[in-house]
Amino acid sequence: MIKALLLMGCPELPVQTAAALYIANKLNREGFEVIAAGNRAALGLLLNSDPERHYIKKAIDIDRCIADLAEKKNDYDICFVFIHSDTGISYLATVKSLSKAKTVAVIFGKEIEPLIEASRDSKIIAAKAVHNPVLLRQQIDGVKSWAALMN
Amino acid sequence: MGCIDELNYEILLPNSSFKECAEYIKKNFSEIYYVPAGYRIFENYLIGVPPIPIAVDGDDVILPYVKPCHGSFVLRIPGKEEMGRLRAVK
Repeated sequence: MIKALLLMGCPELPVQTAAALYIANKLNREGFEVIAAGNRAALGLLLNSDPERHYIKKAIDIDRCIADLAEKKNDYDICFVFIHSDTGISYLATVKSLSKAKTVAVIFGKEIEPLIEASRDSKIIAAKAVHNPVLLRQQIDGVKSWAALMN
Repeated sequence: MGCIDELNYEILLPNSSFKECAEYIKKNFSEIYYVPAGYRIFENYLIGVPPIPIAVDGDDVILPYVKPCHGSFVLRIPGKEEMGRLRAVK
């Protein structure tokens, strides 16, 4: 089974949780194993929105996730890094250094251009979005098959 | 894993971009080592855009530290125990 990691940053922008669940649904339909990583706040929002774990099968603390990658205890085939600030770029660079995963930068917020520029070597899903997930959802829908992207 | 919050740290540069933190370290210190992302120090794994600069100043280690909800910081942490490994970094 293809392992997909959703690496979430600070949940201060509401679209993050919606986008993560939307992507998770698409990945599940394609047969991926979906794992979410984030801090306590990000995971709390995600798991309270999916109490029966229809979308998120497994969740881990973001520090533990990075530690496992660094110690080569775990790895993924594809990693979606949620980015709305410079901090997200740092996490994307770290994942690219530690993992063999294909990386997808899911970029949102008000000022997305510098974030897009800093993510050029990843697949980019980007939209100016803070509260309304529709524009981001449209970008996600533009990818017909995540499994095909792996090839 | 350790917790940076439990260490006796001083914040030299608060709430900045990672690039600003890296530039601050390179500009203000002379003994600098460059490590990869995920480098283990103080029982933590460094987050950032590699190569990540870490400085040694007396008995202290100066490093960039990224927190998901707070941005990037430059911290000064007493760290004699880390200097051997740092100085072995090529």
